[in-house]
Amino acid sequence: MCPYTFKDCFGRPISSAPDAWFDVVERYSNDNNKTLKRSTKVSRCLNLGSYNYLGFAAADEYCTPRVIETLKKYSPSTCSTRVDGGTTALHNELEKFVASFVRKPAAIVFGMGYVTNSAILPVLMGKGCLIISDSLNHNSIVNGARGSGAVIRVFQHNIPSHLEEVLREQIADGQPRTHRPWKKIIVIVEGIYSMEGELCKLPEIIAVCKKYKAYTYLDEAHSIGAVGKTGRGVCELLGVDTADVDIMMGTFTKSFGSCGGYIAGSEEVIKYLKYTCPAHLYGTSISPPAAQQIISSIRVILGEDGSNRGAQKLAKIRENSNFFRSELQKMGFEVLGDNDSPVMPIMLYNPAKIPAFSRECLKHNVAVVTVAFPATPLLLARARICISASHSREDLMKALQVISKVGDLVGIKYFPAEPLKQYQDGKAVKYD
Amino acid sequence: MAEAVMNFLNNTLGWVTGALDMPSARAQVFGFQIGGHLFIEVFLLVVILFLLSQKSYKPPKRPLTNKEIDELCDEWVPEPLIPSLNEEPYEPPVLESAAGPHTVIDGKEVVNFSSANYLGLIGHKKLLDSCSAALDKYGVGSCGPRGFYGTIDVHLDFEARIAKFLGTPDSILYPFGFSTMFSAIPAFSKKGDIIVADEGVHWAIQNGLYLSRSTVVYFKHNDMKSLRETLENITSKNKRVDKLRRYIVVEAVYQNSGQIAPLDEIIKLKEKYKFRVLLDESNSFGVLGKSGRGLTEYSGVPIEELDIVTADMGHALAAEGGFCTGSTRVIDHQRLSSSGYVFSASLPPYLASAAMTAIDILEENPELLSKLKNNISVLWKELSKIPGLKISSNKESPIVYLRLEKSTGSQKDDLRLLQKIAQRVLEEDSVFVVVSHRSTLDKCRLPVGIRLFVSAGHSESDLRRASGSLKKVSAQVLGSHN
Repeated sequence: MCPYTFKDCFGRPISSAPDAWFDVVERYSNDNNKTLKRSTKVSRCLNLGSYNYLGFAAADEYCTPRVIETLKKYSPSTCSTRVDGGTTALHNELEKFVASFVRKPAAIVFGMGYVTNSAILPVLMGKGCLIISDSLNHNSIVNGARGSGAVIRVFQHNIPSHLEEVLREQIADGQPRTHRPWKKIIVIVEGIYSMEGELCKLPEIIAVCKKYKAYTYLDEAHSIGAVGKTGRGVCELLGVDTADVDIMMGTFTKSFGSCGGYIAGSEEVIKYLKYTCPAHLYGTSISPPAAQQIISSIRVILGEDGSNRGAQKLAKIRENSNFFRSELQKMGFEVLGDNDSPVMPIMLYNPAKIPAFSRECLKHNVAVVTVAFPATPLLLARARICISASHSREDLMKALQVISKVGDLVGIKYFPAEPLKQYQDGKAVKYD
Repeated sequence: MAEAVMNFLNNTLGWVTGALDMPSARAQVFGFQIGGHLFIEVFLLVVILFLLSQKSYKPPKRPLTNKEIDELCDEWVPEPLIPSLNEEPYEPPVLESAAGPHTVIDGKEVVNFSSANYLGLIGHKKLLDSCSAALDKYGVGSCGPRGFYGTIDVHLDFEARIAKFLGTPDSILYPFGFSTMFSAIPAFSKKGDIIVADEGVHWAIQNGLYLSRSTVVYFKHNDMKSLRETLENITSKNKRVDKLRRYIVVEAVYQNSGQIAPLDEIIKLKEKYKFRVLLDESNSFGVLGKSGRGLTEYSGVPIEELDIVTADMGHALAAEGGFCTGSTRVIDHQRLSSSGYVFSASLPPYLASAAMTAIDILEENPELLSKLKNNISVLWKELSKIPGLKISSNKESPIVYLRLEKSTGSQKDDLRLLQKIAQRVLEEDSVFVVVSHRSTLDKCRLPVGIRLFVSAGHSESDLRRASGSLKKVSAQVLGSHN
């Protein structure tokens, strides 16, 4: 994927928690980037790359003591699968909690988000079924779909009318070669697309699926906890009733500062998954401290810890995202993504600009993530910013200053900039 | 009247022939007289050629109209998303404390044989201390994939440590043990390559084989003769075999049966037929071998002979995640092409530090290994005398696998019977053993059984209690069944 010349832009090790500011370990190479060795020097950088939407990444005053208590009680692992001896009282509590948070009747939790998609799709779909997935879906969905043995068709990214066209054509045609009718059809979309920052056009897609009797599968890896008035994801944000989505999937890595994934659906679906899903029967159960972190962070978000930190965090991330995006756009950058989405890709287009942007930002102590082929098309390279609720206004201003300077240097201000003066605290602040 | 018609016909024919004969009456080509009949023959030939060149009638193609598509869409009825279950799914017992050698279920203390906690490290003070320190420093999650600031120094330290422990150049850490094999296999084996795998491999490996789109040939479970025949078959029948990549995939200790793979014989076959070997050491790492380095140490095979070794850290190391180890090129390749590594958030740092502490404890306390080996042999001896149940696992395997001596004929009924035994053993004697549940997607056809995971933390009285209880309950259950 990345040639040796800019290998140092990826895989940068850190030596502290991935909070708003973190320590990036400096690496050096004696053989033109073929091997990179760690040095003992670290530089304190502003973190614009980690998925830390609500700021739970580092030790948290409510969550961490409880996590350590759980660690002492249950140990870091159960060394067993859920169906053997790996189900503790904590796991059952977690599943009930997640189901109520997501507003579905039941939920099942797995130890890793990637495995959730790869092991669920083969259970639900098999030969004779059709999977219609968005063209920019994540690799775990693609792998799960391939592993299921069903036929896969793709519809143009986020265009409900094309989805309708594909559905009509496929139902009328039937299975390839035999033309027998399909057994079942499922449409897979994501809440927020991680490389585009866009929200899914969920109401329209659900309407199309209902009309043609297709099942829907929503992957909320990036949107759960980060959008919506109470953090319940795109369904809340776009006003879609959760009963209309058949299967809701999400991960706990991004907004909850933990690990693992969940599937929420009706009682029958979850019962069936518990009966036969390989990840449940053969995979080690989720680590108890990680489970406790999820429960505690959801409690904070809902305000059940007795404070209003959750509501503050949700408001902060919305405010931060919208402020940052509008400022970048005013400066003349091409920024993708919808309002309220904490993921904002800045287009670089030219792959040669990737190492320049990345290294220059690092020199000014701002750590950004640059994405190249094959995660994005070859000529659509981008730098992806992930905003967090733990970024303060000063952090964002510093980031804007540095990005503006580097943007000028590298030449990525593709749009005309708006006039420069911005007002903050009643004083005019100029970016140059 | 007839005469007149005949006359008329004769006259017409004579006139036509005369007309045709006239221009070529005296023509001669190559000594042959050209007669008028030739023109008729040529004309007929032209007519025949014309007819042959006509396309046969095809009904015109009519694409479906919108109305017809609407009708088809209205008519179509999908199947329900999930098939209806005929029985209530199994509800596992809920633990109320850590899954150590003794645990609490329903307020009662039970002896726990269901956790693969081979070295008894669950609840070890050093492990808990290092985890607490890591949690305070790094928080819980790593918040990013390895390529995007999810690489924390503990990950790199652990990779170096495990490589040093096993004596390999490098290793790579995966966030989930399950995903290690099913990401590693497709990273190396592609469409057209040949993989020879044991028929008893677990689901993660089966899924990896399926995703790789290679040609997979299964050989009889742990049967070296069958392996040799399969390899011979492949290499002799396939002429292009030298140009394809060839792999043998085996597990060190099979999760589905407790058998141990004879690694030295496999290596001999590998050298002879020129295959590469992928070994899954999830249940042998930290168990087999003088210092716990796994099957390679146990069989006396140098680890360089194996191309790719993977292991799940959720067993002996009492952590979570998985690692893969091998040569530098093998590992570097996975850092870019293994989907479970590149596209997934990395392992939480506290689990990596737990695993590192576990290796430290193993190196400092080799008596854990001898205790485990002792426990295994004691349990094996005790359990070999149960009427109606037969041990089908190896004498030195940490998973003791008991299956029915006489199967009922259907896997479901076997499972029900064994489940009854396990349930009664738990309720009456507070011994927690588990039955092997199989997913509907699992292709493995090995018989189901009761599994006991032996730990170094079990005392001899625990082992005797388990074997006594199993003897009693299975006699009752199987006796009444027969």
